[in-house]
Amino acid sequence: MSPRSSRSADRRARDITPTPKRRLTRREVYERRQHRRSAAIAATSTIVVIAAVVVLVPRASGWERVERSFFNGEVFRDTFPDLLDAFRLDVKIFVWSVPCIFVLALAIAVARNTRNPALFPLRLFSAVYVDVFRGIPVILTIYLIGFGVPGLGIERPWNSPLLWGSVALILAYSAYVSEVFRAGIESVHESQRAAARSLGMSSGQTMRTIVLPQALRRVVPPLMNDFISLQKDVALVSLIGPVEILRRAGIEKARFANFTPYVGAAVIFLAVTIPMTRLADFLLARQRRRTSGTVVG
Amino acid sequence: MMDPPSLKLVLEGVVKSFGSHVVLSSIDLAVGEREVICLIGTSGSGKSTLLRCVNLLEPIDDGRILLDGVDISEPGLAADPIRRRIGMVFQSFNLFPHMSVLDNISIGPRKVLRRPVAEARAAAGELLTRLGLAERADAYPDQLSGGQQQRVAIARSLAMQPEIMLLDEITSALDPELVGEVLDVVRDLKRDGMTMLIATHEMAFAREIADRVCFLHDGRILEQGPPDRILDAPTEPRTQQFLQRVVKAGRL
Repeated sequence: MSPRSSRSADRRARDITPTPKRRLTRREVYERRQHRRSAAIAATSTIVVIAAVVVLVPRASGWERVERSFFNGEVFRDTFPDLLDAFRLDVKIFVWSVPCIFVLALAIAVARNTRNPALFPLRLFSAVYVDVFRGIPVILTIYLIGFGVPGLGIERPWNSPLLWGSVALILAYSAYVSEVFRAGIESVHESQRAAARSLGMSSGQTMRTIVLPQALRRVVPPLMNDFISLQKDVALVSLIGPVEILRRAGIEKARFANFTPYVGAAVIFLAVTIPMTRLADFLLARQRRRTSGTVVG
Repeated sequence: MMDPPSLKLVLEGVVKSFGSHVVLSSIDLAVGEREVICLIGTSGSGKSTLLRCVNLLEPIDDGRILLDGVDISEPGLAADPIRRRIGMVFQSFNLFPHMSVLDNISIGPRKVLRRPVAEARAAAGELLTRLGLAERADAYPDQLSGGQQQRVAIARSLAMQPEIMLLDEITSALDPELVGEVLDVVRDLKRDGMTMLIATHEMAFAREIADRVCFLHDGRILEQGPPDRILDAPTEPRTQQFLQRVVKAGRL
């Protein structure tokens, strides 16, 4: 690990600080000119766009009204702590849903890949499951399960909308995520299985030690996409009762007769989802550096 | 060889087709203990399929395959315990890219033979030393040259201490200057008395290492015998044609 990383650090250092004594090659001269040119173009176009937004948007006839009801600093200050507090419930729902989704989705994906005829019912069930839950809007699933199941007359605390709202999210997202896993499993080339089986591994061992580790690594970016949209869809649970951030923002909106709390909620969501995306990119890049000789482009 | 050697592997009338395409139409072949057999023939003549059938990666349609006199091709027979006795090396290496070289080699003994991790790794390390790759133990397959990868793939098979090795055109994906290091490993295996079934396009190597050369054509063994006889004085016109083309391509 360390000799490699120091080697790549050397390379990076060389890229950034070329030795001043050495005469530049023709390619280096060309690339520097290109680099300066594209930096200038990018800076100019960015400045033009920002200037246009700053100058033109406030000139729209309704801007003052919009500014007062969406970007009201006072309302923002007054409501933000409450929103942050309510967001803790979103985070909780997210945190207990993710492991459940991961396990359930993985089980479904593996079940769909079994070739054992005795497990055919399992295969059929998982295919139907994915079809059903992928085909229903998440919000409908939340309504149906969140209102329907407690309606069976289950005793407290097992009739909580929080519980069944989470269950609905887990069921819906497991269907999406299992398709991601399945694509990952199918992307592992058949020759990998052949190599593992030729060593005498069973099909289960091959799946666990050879196919799944490769498949899971490949699906990290699409998986992160699904989990980022889960983080947002957690807000839908508010529709059946629990006071999480969206609901809290609605309450504050009514109290102040002002939409700024929604903007505050949006800011909080972004503060979580953007780092998640960056983390996914970072993990993937590190993985690539570690297992491959050269990284292309 | 001295006494009539005992037979390690016997194929009797093996038939294999994919859909309507017959790949092996009727293969009879007897491989003695410690014998090295090279399979030659054009691409598509059935060499690879033959090896995959012996390793039970492909079920055969008809005929029998006997290992130590026991029918291993019987439908419904548990294949895993048989496969672990047969080592296979593939043209495209098929190393596990998510594992270090050491793990690639030790994973079989760990998972299949239930060896403790430390023991399996130590044994893998010894194999690597033997193949001159000790310093690459912690590298990942993608960081190795093709020749190194193929040597690791051979080590991975050897770690299971197989009774017979199947080599499927193991130098065909390599640059010419890397072929030698892989063939050296095979020479060592021959010296150690490993029974081997080798599909190859390297005729010079076949001549040097094979006890017997089999020419496959259209899913049949058309001609077989000692390497000098098959390569220098083939009787079948098909074999003559094939070898002429090989000579033209400069590979003999």
